[in-house]
Amino acid sequence: MSLADKDRIFTNVYGYQPWNLKAAQRRGDWDKTKDLMKVGQDAIIDEIKASNLRGRGGAGFPTGLKWSFMPKAPTAERPSFLVINADESEPGSCKDREIIRHDPHKLIEGALIAGYAMRARAAYIYIRGEYIREAETLFAAVQEAYDAGLIGKNAAKSGYDFDVFVHRGAGAYICGEETAMLESLEGKKGQPRLKPPFPAGAGLYGCPTTVNNVESIAVVPTILRRGAAWFNGFGRENNRGTKLFQISGHVERPCVVEEAMSIPFSELIEKHCGGIRGGRDNLLAVIPGGSSVPLVPASEIWDAPMDFDGLKAVGSGLGTAAVIVMDKSTDIVQAISRLSYFYKHESCGQCTPCREGTGWMWRVMEKMRVGDADIGDIDTLYEVTKQVEGHTICALGDAAAWPIQGLIKHFRPEMERRIIERKGSDKMMEAAE
Amino acid sequence: MAETSIIPDETETRAKWGDFAFTPANLKQAKIIIARYPAGRQRSAVMPLLDLAQRQVGAETQTQGWLPVPVIEYVAAMLDMPYMRAYEVATFYTMYNLAPVGRFHVQVCGTTPCLLRGSDDVMAACKNKGMNKGKTTPDGLFTLTEVECMGNCSSAPMVQINDDNYEDLDFDSMTSILETLAAGEQPKPGTQLPGRHTVEPQGGPTTLKEMVGKNHDYRGDW
Repeated sequence: MSLADKDRIFTNVYGYQPWNLKAAQRRGDWDKTKDLMKVGQDAIIDEIKASNLRGRGGAGFPTGLKWSFMPKAPTAERPSFLVINADESEPGSCKDREIIRHDPHKLIEGALIAGYAMRARAAYIYIRGEYIREAETLFAAVQEAYDAGLIGKNAAKSGYDFDVFVHRGAGAYICGEETAMLESLEGKKGQPRLKPPFPAGAGLYGCPTTVNNVESIAVVPTILRRGAAWFNGFGRENNRGTKLFQISGHVERPCVVEEAMSIPFSELIEKHCGGIRGGRDNLLAVIPGGSSVPLVPASEIWDAPMDFDGLKAVGSGLGTAAVIVMDKSTDIVQAISRLSYFYKHESCGQCTPCREGTGWMWRVMEKMRVGDADIGDIDTLYEVTKQVEGHTICALGDAAAWPIQGLIKHFRPEMERRIIERKGSDKMMEAAE
Repeated sequence: MAETSIIPDETETRAKWGDFAFTPANLKQAKIIIARYPAGRQRSAVMPLLDLAQRQVGAETQTQGWLPVPVIEYVAAMLDMPYMRAYEVATFYTMYNLAPVGRFHVQVCGTTPCLLRGSDDVMAACKNKGMNKGKTTPDGLFTLTEVECMGNCSSAPMVQINDDNYEDLDFDSMTSILETLAAGEQPKPGTQLPGRHTVEPQGGPTTLKEMVGKNHDYRGDW
């Protein structure tokens, strides 16, 4: 069964219609927001808990539960903050961009409701620096909402005062990590903090803070309007709701599309992307959740349900639902090595295993790409990924290790073939000399 | 971490930029920015102010702009923070240029999703026009940089040139964009595929088709 258009949350995801307030209101945004808030803060949190919404930024933590960690009675000296993570930089991910440039009012309305529910004084939307035109739209949309009295003093006539600020990043993947984002918002280098304390205890400016992904916040108004049961009607247990999938790479027609969670990979690709380039038999492997998750070979991904548990079962993860498809023309070692370069480039330099390890892993991967190594080096590489994984403050070290582990797990014979072939040609060269 | 640029000679830089100050319009904008953060937390504004300053330098030099040391000092002083803390920020984030760049900063994404869709061809089109990675062309028009994922993966490969993205590129469309810019004109931003609007499947959306022609309200079907 396919998701019907009436059940899609982001109806203007392709931007065929204007993003502005008037057009957004005609689509149903900001409709009686005050009434949604009237039920009270705890009732909103309970409804989001009941909807089983899990965070859309990659980790999949239950959103309502996260909100419930915030203090029930913040003081004027120590207010609470909502920080919205729009630092979308995970290779493969391109969904928050579409929300921000085509449906920004869903995000702003969600910010007000979520901020109210967690008793926050203001929201900071941290948008990645490279989203320049997108940030222009977001600034303008926030201004529209202020001018219409929807945010600010007595926001949407609810009696609650709530500000929304936009903060632009300046090009650092690591700022997508929640504590690095808080450092960056405070005007520092974006280097992650040790946890605990968790942001709900001491976050932005030392105040209680919740960091949520753009999509997690933007779906909130629709969930409240239609009820938790509606959202629960999609996807398998523990994996409920609708989700923006972003398909890139070797499909006939890459796209961003909202679908029900747990849609099988094959259906997602064949219905919306025109299938794999060159047909199903030409599929080599898929990175189903953005660059940080291990790849899945063709045979295992085809029928897998695209959700948290379904992709965990095939040794990977849903991440941000950024599906990178690779056909048989792909140099799979190069594709992963390019990711290793990415992590080397983006390591913040704080923890030694990651700072040194990402560079080392990339250099060895480049050798693997051309087979300039010994068979035993594959094991050494694997061991080093294990030494980086879990030994750093944030998950960037893990994210750098997993793609390589996935490659070795599934494509070790290919790596060995390159090494043996090169050794063979070296011998021929010697003989020729 | 980002590759370090060669910092220009400080004496020359000071001679040229020593008396940098925001224009009245930018000073007004700076105050608006600082007001977004709680009192006493003005340091939070360092990133947007460095961006504003870089843009002003860009406007004055007819380039994308960069951050000479005296400009960073000016921003640090305005926010009452030590120069070194502002300098740390300027060096940590890749979007601050620590050395002069050309009129157009051509930032080709080379991360895997773009790589799979042919970013090598985009890079080749740049090189074919005499550009080299990390260098500015002798006429001062183009600076070429390979950058990491820009979040346009469903319309890859892409390039960001100053403030605009150009998506769904190939060798020919990239060449044409560079030629249009060199001729002093503005190419069409966004996807370069004929008939594609944004990130819907090429050939037309598979969902939400009513939205193409009018601002449809789906609530009637709830």
